[in-house]
Amino acid sequence: MKKLLSIIAALLLFFVATPAATASVGAEHDGKLDPKEIIFEHLGDGYGWEIPFNHHKRIPLPCIVIGTDGLHVFSSSRIADGKTYVDGNAEFKVAGHDSKYKGKIVEIVDGREEKPLDLSITKNVCAVFITVLVVVAMMFAVARFHRRNPYRAPRKGLGAIESLIVFIYDSVVKETLGDKAKKFAPYLLTVFFFIFTMNLMGLMVVFPGGANLTGNIAVTLVLSIITFLVTNLFATKHYWKEIFWPDVPLWLKFPLPIMPAIEIFGMFTKPAALTVRLFANMMGGHMIVIVLTLLIFIFAAVNPVAGGATTVVSVLFSIFMLLIDVLVSFIQAYVFTMLSTIFISLAQAKEEHHEKKVEAREEKENKIEAAQFAATQK
Amino acid sequence: MDLFTPDFGLIFWMFVSFAVLFFILWKFAWPVILKTVDSRADLIDKGVEYAQNAKQQLDEAKKNADQYIADARRQQADMLRDADRIKTQIIEEARSAAQVEAQKVMDAAKVQIEQQQKEAQHQFRNQVSDFALMIAEKVVKNQMADTKAQSKLVDTLLDEMADKKQA
Repeated sequence: MKKLLSIIAALLLFFVATPAATASVGAEHDGKLDPKEIIFEHLGDGYGWEIPFNHHKRIPLPCIVIGTDGLHVFSSSRIADGKTYVDGNAEFKVAGHDSKYKGKIVEIVDGREEKPLDLSITKNVCAVFITVLVVVAMMFAVARFHRRNPYRAPRKGLGAIESLIVFIYDSVVKETLGDKAKKFAPYLLTVFFFIFTMNLMGLMVVFPGGANLTGNIAVTLVLSIITFLVTNLFATKHYWKEIFWPDVPLWLKFPLPIMPAIEIFGMFTKPAALTVRLFANMMGGHMIVIVLTLLIFIFAAVNPVAGGATTVVSVLFSIFMLLIDVLVSFIQAYVFTMLSTIFISLAQAKEEHHEKKVEAREEKENKIEAAQFAATQK
Repeated sequence: MDLFTPDFGLIFWMFVSFAVLFFILWKFAWPVILKTVDSRADLIDKGVEYAQNAKQQLDEAKKNADQYIADARRQQADMLRDADRIKTQIIEEARSAAQVEAQKVMDAAKVQIEQQQKEAQHQFRNQVSDFALMIAEKVVKNQMADTKAQSKLVDTLLDEMADKKQA
C-alpha cells in the first residue's frame, strides 16, 4: 500500500509538473499570477474550446451575432487574441478587461462598444449540444436493445444505463407521483440524464468535456424554469385554490392577502432553490479543484521547493475532490430530479373529501356503538 | 463575473437543446424503454408467481404421492394380514374338516369294531356255551351213571328249592 502510494505520488509529480511548467508560462505571462482571473476564466464560458497544454490555440467555434446591420456568422478564431473581425460595415471583437462587457463579443459602432444579440455557439453551448448527442445516443442504444429483445435485460454499459432509468423511474417518479408517473416520467428522466451527463462531462478535462455547464447559472436556470412551467401548467384546480384561497383563518387571507402572498412567493422560491442548489454545488466542486491546482503556482512563485511539495498534496487532494465530484454529479442530478418530482406532485394535489371523511367516521362510530349495545345485551 | 449573470445566448441554446432532446426522447426512446421495463417487470412478477405456484403444486403432488404410497403400504399390509388370516383360517378349517373326517372314519371303524367285537363275543359265547353244554353233558353223563348220585342231586336240588321258598 505504501509502495503503491509512493509510486502514484511520483507519477503525479512527473505528469503534473510538466503541464504545470507549460501552463505557468501562460498564467504568468504578465509576470503576475491573478488567481481570480484564472478561476473565472476556467469556470466561465468562452468563444472556442481550450486544448490541453496549449494556452493560445483553441478549437474554433461558430460565432452568431445579430448586430446593427443584421446577422453575422464567423469563426471564433477570427476574434481570438483580441483581433477585430470586419464583416462588411460591422466590426466585432472580444471586449477587453476594462470594458463592462468583458470577455463578450462587442460590435464597435462609432468607436463605442455595443453588445449585439449574441447567439454564438460558445464552449458551453457546444457542450450542451454534445451532451444532447450523448444522451440521445445512450437512450437510443437502450431503446434499440429493448426493441430487439423485449424480454431480456441488457448487460454491461446498457445495463448500467437501464438500471439508472429504472432506479429513477421506480424509486423517484413512481413512488412520488403514483398513477401520474407515466405522464411526467419522460420529462423527469430526460432532466435526470441531461443533468447527470452534463455533470460528468464537466469533470472530464479535455475536449468533449471540461465545460462547467451545470456550474453555470444560465443552464440551471433554464432547467428549473422548465420544471416551474411543467409544475404550474399541469397543476390541478386544488393547487391554485391552495395558493389563492388556502385553508386558513379568514383574517390571514381576506383584507390583506398574507397567505396568498407567501404562497405565490413560494411558487418562485422553489425553482430558485433548484437553480442555486445545482449551480452552487457543481461550481463549488470545479472551483475547489482549480483552487487546489492554483495553490501549486502560488507556492511555486514563493519558493520552488514549497511549490514541489504543494504539487503532491494539491494533486492528491484534487483527485480526491474530483472523485467526490463524481458522486456529487450523481447526487445533484438525483436531487434535482427528486425535487422536480416533488414539486410536480404537490401541484397534482387532489381535493380531500372532508365531508365524505366525516360521514365515514360517523358511520364507523355508529357501528361501534351498535356493537357495544349488542355486547351489553348479551 | 459572468457566472452569476445568465447569458442570453446560452439560455436560448439551452432551451432549444433541451426542447429538442426532450422531444426526441419523448417520441422515440422513453415510450419504448418504459413499456419494456414495465412489461419485463410484469413478466418477472408473473414468472415468480408461476414458479411459486408450480412449487406449491409440486409440494402438493409430492404430498399426494407420499399419501398414495402410504395408503398403498397400508393396503399392502392389510392385504398381507388378510391373506395370513385367510391362510390360517383355511388351514384351521382344513384341519377341523380333516379332524371331523377322521373322527367319522374312526367312529365308523369303532362301530364296526364294536360290532365285530359283539359278533365275536356272541360267537364266542355261543361256542363257549356249546362247549359248556357238551362238557356239562359229558360231566352229567358221567356223574349220572349211578343212581345214588342222581338221587343225591335231586335231594340237593329239592333243598335248594325249599330254602328258596322259606326265604
